[in-house]
Amino acid sequence: MPSHDVMPNMELYQPVQVEDALAIADRLAERGWLVGGGQDTYGWLKDRAKSADALIDLSAIESLRGVRETADGIEIGALTTLSEVATSDLIRSSYSLLADAAGVVASPQIRNIGTLGGNVSQDVRCWYYRRGLSCYRAGGNLCYADTPQGMNREHALFDQSRCVAAGASDTAPALVALDASMVVQNLNGERVIAARDFFVGPANDIENTTVLRPGDILTSVRIPSAWANAEFYWEKVADRNVWDFSLVNVAAAFKTIDGQIEDSRIVVGAVQTTPRRLTEVENAIRGSRRTADTAEAVKELSTTGARTLAHNGFKVPLMQNLVKRAISS
Amino acid sequence: MNSKLTRRRFIKGVIFSGAAATTGAGVYLANAQNGAGTAERLINLNINGRTRPVDVMPSETLAYTLRYKLDLTGTKIGCNRGECGACTVLVDGVANYACSVLTHNVKDKAVVSIEGIKSVDGTLHAVQQAFIDENSPQCGFCTPGQVMSAVALLNSNPRPTREEVRAGLSGNLCRCGAYEHYINGVLRASRQIA
Repeated sequence: MPSHDVMPNMELYQPVQVEDALAIADRLAERGWLVGGGQDTYGWLKDRAKSADALIDLSAIESLRGVRETADGIEIGALTTLSEVATSDLIRSSYSLLADAAGVVASPQIRNIGTLGGNVSQDVRCWYYRRGLSCYRAGGNLCYADTPQGMNREHALFDQSRCVAAGASDTAPALVALDASMVVQNLNGERVIAARDFFVGPANDIENTTVLRPGDILTSVRIPSAWANAEFYWEKVADRNVWDFSLVNVAAAFKTIDGQIEDSRIVVGAVQTTPRRLTEVENAIRGSRRTADTAEAVKELSTTGARTLAHNGFKVPLMQNLVKRAISS
Repeated sequence: MNSKLTRRRFIKGVIFSGAAATTGAGVYLANAQNGAGTAERLINLNINGRTRPVDVMPSETLAYTLRYKLDLTGTKIGCNRGECGACTVLVDGVANYACSVLTHNVKDKAVVSIEGIKSVDGTLHAVQQAFIDENSPQCGFCTPGQVMSAVALLNSNPRPTREEVRAGLSGNLCRCGAYEHYINGVLRASRQIA
């Protein structure tokens, strides 16, 4: 398979207003490729593993940038860079879970241009798929990763359905934990989708990781005040501290009264295509204190249903330990 | 350049660049259209304080433009995938990977490459001099990118701690493993400029 370094020749649209971007995206449909910071895009295109006729560069649309306070929380423009999310006073002061997650994505230079919208919309990490092989997710009829010889150390523990790739986003679990919602526009109007419903797994749609369809543009992310200033825990484990994608990450939020957990959100990333919310664990620890005993009691429950592949068995204890730390830290 | 990229395809490409499109519905408002709303193939780039007209393909990366159109070969292309940092430049003062930025994205911005940070009289930037004094580089291939990340860091944080330097340069690989020497250099430069 040839390897390329130059970008393929494509048309380029650079609208400065959302309305124009929606019109172009609608007209081009599958022939257009939306670009925010482009940090996931350019690899696909340089490798010739995916293609489109035209890039629709959203980065000049100022109305899609920035963090605003709303009547019920905050709204973050989808084109806000990860560096801006990580350092925003509004986010840091009340929703530091998201800032912490955004602050460890990839590398400083990538965070300087990579956007929140792009981070949650990025495609799964699987080298077979990204090499352009005709796997299930690429429209073919086999999986190269889930084989005895397959390189699947980074792949999924849960919700595999033909495809076993894991989601790569660090901000996605944090947004699910914060009960965020995604604002999606197309020419027919706007729809607001809960973050947990925004991400889709292979059983429902094997070729997409989100509900976004041609013509749709993710314009902003809303975070309700419900979890503002809760007790947060974020941790990402990767082979390297920079650039690397999570092997497992955990985003958790706790509300306690007199030391007892009244409500919580525990969401684990990189163990399936979508962020995995551990509702049963949340229910099991309600009313308990954030102690080592409480954490130990839900250790097995946190990974119930895991199906390990040939080389990713280590993710089970890793995930259990991260959940335990989230609860007891 | 890709041998398949014939002159015909090249010309076809550039006339689409600039991003304005006309349809039956009218003219899209775009950030580089000319008076008629048609495509702009020749754009002005502000590189190292000089504005230069450049012929840029629609999907061309900034690293490609700098090296192969403007002959600014101090910006190195290592991986060309945003995974090494050798191509780091400043875009409006912010460190970016030039291999992973479209040139058309920076036409309204100020780009500074390694060639643009020394003084007009030729005096090296404090970071460059400090890297020499600390023997920071070994093979030197990653050095332009390390310098640019260090300049960006010191512009926003003139007195960083060692850990802050480590974090600030964490997006630049050095396969010689000279990281500690680079960090020493940045700290030396910090003492000299602060």
